[in-house]
Amino acid sequence: MTELSGVPAPQVQPVRKGMWGEPPGDVSGFAGISRPIVRHVRASRPYGSWYDAVVDRLQELVPGLGDEVNTEYDELTIYVPKDQLLAVVKATRDDAYLRFETCQSVCGVHYPDQGGAELHVVYALLSMTHNRRLCLEVALSDEDPVVDSVTSVYPAADWHERETWDMYGVIFEGHPGLTRILMPDDWDGHPGRKDYPLGGVPHEFKGARVAPVEERRSY
Amino acid sequence: MAKREKTAKAAPVDVETLADEETVVAVAEVIETDLGDDAGALVELTDYTEYFIQGGDFEEVVAAQQARGDETVVINMGPQHPSTHGVLRLQVELDGESVTSIRPAIGFLHSGIEKAMEHRTWVQGSTFVTRMDYLMPMFNETAYCLGVEKLLGIEAPERANILRVLVMELNRMASHLVAIGTGGMEIGALTVMTIAFREREMILDFFEALCGTRMNHAYVRPGGVSIDLPDDGLAQLRTVIEWFHKHLNEYAGFCNENPIFKARMSGIATMTLAQAMTMGATGPILRATGYPWDLRKKQPYCGYEDYDFDVITWDTADAYGRYRIRLSELHESLKIIEQCYEKLKQTAGQPIMVEDPKLAMPGQLTLGPDGQGNAFTHVKQVMGESMEGLIHHFKLVSEGFRVPAGQVYTAIESPKGELGCHIVSDGGTRPYRVHFRDPGFHHLQSLPIISEGGMLSDVVVAVASLDPVLGGVDR
Repeated sequence: MTELSGVPAPQVQPVRKGMWGEPPGDVSGFAGISRPIVRHVRASRPYGSWYDAVVDRLQELVPGLGDEVNTEYDELTIYVPKDQLLAVVKATRDDAYLRFETCQSVCGVHYPDQGGAELHVVYALLSMTHNRRLCLEVALSDEDPVVDSVTSVYPAADWHERETWDMYGVIFEGHPGLTRILMPDDWDGHPGRKDYPLGGVPHEFKGARVAPVEERRSY
Repeated sequence: MAKREKTAKAAPVDVETLADEETVVAVAEVIETDLGDDAGALVELTDYTEYFIQGGDFEEVVAAQQARGDETVVINMGPQHPSTHGVLRLQVELDGESVTSIRPAIGFLHSGIEKAMEHRTWVQGSTFVTRMDYLMPMFNETAYCLGVEKLLGIEAPERANILRVLVMELNRMASHLVAIGTGGMEIGALTVMTIAFREREMILDFFEALCGTRMNHAYVRPGGVSIDLPDDGLAQLRTVIEWFHKHLNEYAGFCNENPIFKARMSGIATMTLAQAMTMGATGPILRATGYPWDLRKKQPYCGYEDYDFDVITWDTADAYGRYRIRLSELHESLKIIEQCYEKLKQTAGQPIMVEDPKLAMPGQLTLGPDGQGNAFTHVKQVMGESMEGLIHHFKLVSEGFRVPAGQVYTAIESPKGELGCHIVSDGGTRPYRVHFRDPGFHHLQSLPIISEGGMLSDVVVAVASLDPVLGGVDR
């Protein structure tokens, strides 16, 4: 299991410590345990199933596309450098061997501990012709969260990209109207991000004070 | 009537949000040229007249607008308009009664469910997603649980899958009934609504008998379902099936050849196959174009490959076709429910949850007369006999279980189309990120395509034919 090189390695390897979170509260005797959190596991060839054929074809159509591929859980995810995204989605839609007609979902994920690749955008493509699903993942840095909009290829990504901008602050260049969609227009910040607090107030239940969710013990 | 000449205001460009330095300079120059030193001032765009209608003064408004000699009217439908299926706001630009531009605005029911889930255990996730699209809670739960199970590498036992299919198909019927009923009501067919809600009541009663709640069930849990059928569950299910056999045909009689119904829906809100593909439409909208795409057949889950049912298509690609598909799918769902009935009979007594004590809640719940689930023998055991059992139970509830790191995208065929769930785990006891691809959210962006150029009255039909539920759209 090696991590992807295209996704910059975190400056500090994220680890999970102890049984119950931070040591003072952890009286289990396992407070010293420290395990690394491994995300984005890179697959090696052969990928199996139809994955090899699709990756080969894509590499043929988009010269210079790396082989950063994840096949965990029987799902094919291809990590795409952000400057190649438009070329890749054009190929996935237009090529008869690929023919992913629709982009069903765009989803932002925030990894604050991955220096230089904090923001990830995952595109879920669906091919009805071949009955296949493919995910494309793009990693962006917090300093430059700009990526080409895929709306020129997949118009249905319009609102999904607006949602990702709204929640994560990813700027989709070339989007016809990148405005907030779920939050009010004058909202500050991007609530989906991990550094955006959940908020909440303590409440009383049968005489006991119940802390807001974020202040409760986490495991 | 109050009338006010007004100028549109545009906020100054926020230079900080623009990433490119050159653009910032360019924008700054534009601001300087246009406004001189007063860069913070508001920019005047165009003149328009704003009317405030207070009731009974429509003639004045009409006269004032006629004097203006401008045919284009911008009106705001919603967010409290009854025919917008919740809190949907539509900004409609009209030329007479023709829609020249329509822009849906959403977000009024945004409740941050996805964010809140990141702070709760995996099992609690079920109770959150069920509140998204509240007309298809069982589908939200199943999409989520299938994703969690994929990450965990487990599969729900056979009887749990049968129960999932049963509640999903019942829920599909309930959702389609609401779609047909409210859609009919919006074009004046009130009886369709009353009988649709009468039928839906049977389904909600069954859900209540099954798991104690009529909505927001959290019935499907990672690893299985929360509770087995009650002792008289099969008999109740038989009653529901008989009821539907008796009453489902009424809809066809009321609506199918009803001249008003057809005139209001035929050829309205058309979306061809090419348009549907472009906009990524799924569900009844895609099937109304004649394309038999149904994830239950194409990418089966929960054992759908073992059931005998047909994928319904229609060839008119309009609102009427979508109605006919929903109507026929009611009959197909009933077919599946009958098969579930037989399968449930054969699998009586089999487990409804994975037999892994680290994942499944200990103790088998039974539904009390108060609608609360409880497991008395288990409570007696942990409170009186087994300290370890009590600790185990406590840890499972308070800490939860860990789910291996990774991400999955699971999709199921909901009544409205593809319901996708993208789950990211970092190996902890809480989801790292859960994102729902709600079909209503996805389909609403097609509203301009299917209603621009048509009449204002057809906008209502168009929205109803997409069947968005704003709880799911805004999440």
